[in-house]
Amino acid sequence: MRVLIVEDQVLLRDGLSRMLSAYGFDVAVAQPDGTRLAEELVAVRPDVAVVDVRLPPTFTDEGLRAAVAARRAVPGLPMLVLSQYVERLYARELLADRAGAVGYLLKDRVGEVREFVDAVRRVAAGGTVMDPEVVAQLIHRPDTLDAVTTREGDVLRLMAEGHSNAAIATRLIIAEKSVSNLINTLFAKLGLPPSADHHRRVLAVLSYLDRR
Amino acid sequence: MGAAIGLPAPVLLLLMAAAVPASLAAGLGVVFFAATVWACRRLAGAQRRRAAAVLGSPVASSYLPLPAGVPARLRTVVRDPGTWRDLVWLPCQFVVGIAGLVLSVGLWLAAVECVAAPALRAVLPEPTGFDPAVLEWTGRSGPLTWALVPVGFGLAVGAYRLPRYLIRGQARLAVALLGPTSAARLAARVDRLTTTRAAAVDASAAELRRIERDLHDGAQARLVALAMNLGVAEDVIDADPAEAKALLTEARAGAGAALTELRGLVRGIHPPVLADRGLAAAVQALALGIAVRVELDMRLERRLAAPVESAAYFAIAEALTNAIRHSGAGQVRVGLVDAVSAVRITVSDDGRGGADPFLGTGLLGIQRRLSAFDGSLRFSSPQGGPTVLEMELPCVS
Repeated sequence: MRVLIVEDQVLLRDGLSRMLSAYGFDVAVAQPDGTRLAEELVAVRPDVAVVDVRLPPTFTDEGLRAAVAARRAVPGLPMLVLSQYVERLYARELLADRAGAVGYLLKDRVGEVREFVDAVRRVAAGGTVMDPEVVAQLIHRPDTLDAVTTREGDVLRLMAEGHSNAAIATRLIIAEKSVSNLINTLFAKLGLPPSADHHRRVLAVLSYLDRR
Repeated sequence: MGAAIGLPAPVLLLLMAAAVPASLAAGLGVVFFAATVWACRRLAGAQRRRAAAVLGSPVASSYLPLPAGVPARLRTVVRDPGTWRDLVWLPCQFVVGIAGLVLSVGLWLAAVECVAAPALRAVLPEPTGFDPAVLEWTGRSGPLTWALVPVGFGLAVGAYRLPRYLIRGQARLAVALLGPTSAARLAARVDRLTTTRAAAVDASAAELRRIERDLHDGAQARLVALAMNLGVAEDVIDADPAEAKALLTEARAGAGAALTELRGLVRGIHPPVLADRGLAAAVQALALGIAVRVELDMRLERRLAAPVESAAYFAIAEALTNAIRHSGAGQVRVGLVDAVSAVRITVSDDGRGGADPFLGTGLLGIQRRLSAFDGSLRFSSPQGGPTVLEMELPCVS
C-alpha cells in the first residue's frame, strides 16, 4: 500500500516513515510545500496520504486546504490529516464532501503505534476516522447530549473513530448485540434514521452534532 | 443671545486693564482680576454649552486644575493659557455678536421697508425732510418701488435664515478659542496612554505569571515524572521486563497528558484558528463550542494586525461567556463589521438584562483589553433586556 507523507518537522517525518515502513507500507515523502501540495497529491494519487495541517510557507492551515482541494479534484482520495490541535471547524470542512476515506487525528496519536497504523489502514479502505477529541468537544456541549448516557457516549466516540460494531464490542467488553442496541437507542435519541452502513453512520452522527 | 454673551466684554476688559496698574499700586487689583476671571469663565462656560448644543459635540474646557490656597490659585490662574485665551475670545465674541445683531436687525428693517415701499410712496407722495431710504433711492418711481417688493421678500428669507449661520459661526469661534488647544489635547492623550499602557503592562505581566505557573505545575512536572519513569524502566528492563513495560506504558500516558496540557495552554494564549484564518473564522469556531444558539454576522474579510485580532477575539470570548453565564439568554448575536479604520463588534443577547457593568471583572477585563489599543466599549442592559455590548477597535488598514 502506497502512503505519501507530507510533514515539515523532520523528527516526526522520519518517525512516521520508519513506523509505516515497519508495518509494511510503501512510503513516499512529499515536499512539505503548501502552495503546490494539492496538485502533487492529485498527481501522485497515493493509496493514502498523511498530511500535516501546518505547512510552509505560511505555517497556518495549508495542509488542510490542500487536502480539501485535492479531494475536490479526486473525490474520496484517502487523506489522513494530522494536527497539533483538533478544531471542529476543520473537521467539518474535511467531512463536508461526505465522500469518506478521511481522517483527522491529533499528532499525539502517533504514540499509540498500533492504533495509528490501524487508523491509516481504515482511511485507506474508505473509512472515516475522527479524533476522540473532536467527539469529546461535541459531547461536552451541555445542550446537545443531555440524554446520552456515558456508555452511549463511549459508543459514539468509538464509532466516530471509525470502529466497526465488533471492534467497539471488544473494546468495551460487551456483546456485539448490545453495541447494536446501544447504537439504535442513540440514533433514536438523536432522531437519525437507522443505518447499517458504518461509514454513513459516522457521517450522520458527526454532521448531526455539528449542525447544532 | 450671541450678542448678549459678548456684551460685558468692554466692561471686563476695562476692569482687566484697570487691574494691572491698580494691583501694582495697592492689593485691590487682585480682587478686580479675580472677579474678571470668574466672570469670564462663567461667560465662556455658557458659550461652550451653547456651542456644544449647536454643533452636537461637547466643547471641553482646558483650565488647569485649581490648587488650594488663594496665592497658589492666583499663580495658577495667571499661568493658565486658558485665562488669556478667554480674554482673547471675549472681544472677538463682542464684535461678532454685536455685528451679528446689527446685521440681523438691519436686514429685517430693510426687508420691511422694501416690502412696504409702494405703501410708503402712497402715504408720502411729496419729498419730505424725513424720507425713508427706499423712496430716496427710487426717486418715488412707481415701477421701481413695486420692483422692490420681491427684493424685500428675498431679504426677509435671508434675515430669517441668517441667525442659524451666525450661531454656527459663533460656535466655531468658541471651539477654536475656548476648546482645548492642541497642546492640551496632546497632554490629555498622553495621560490616557500612560494609564492604559500601565494597565496593559500589568495585564500582560499577570498573564505571563499564569503561563509560567501552568507550565511549572503542569507539563514540566509531567515531563519530570516521565523522565523518571523512563530511567527506572531502563534500569529494570533486563531484571523485570514486565515491570519495565508497565513503566513504559505509564510514561507514554504521561507524555500524552503533558501534550494535552500544553495544547490547552497554547489555545488560551493564541487560538490556532485565529492564527490560521483570522478573526471571523476564529469567532465562528468559538460559536461552535457554545451551548446557546449563536447568530453570526461576519462582515470582515481581511486579516488584521495579530495583536488587534487577539484583543478582539478575547474580548468577544469574554462577552460571550458573560452573556451565557449571567443573562440566561437563549440566543446570542455577534456582529463583526469592517469599518476600514476600525472594527466594530456587537455582542447582544435576548436574556433578562439588568446586568451591572461594575459587577465582576468581565467587563473591566474587556475594557482593559480594548483600551490598550485605543478601543472603546459601550454597554447597555436595561431591566428585561436586551443586553448589548458595542466595541470599537481601531486598526490601521
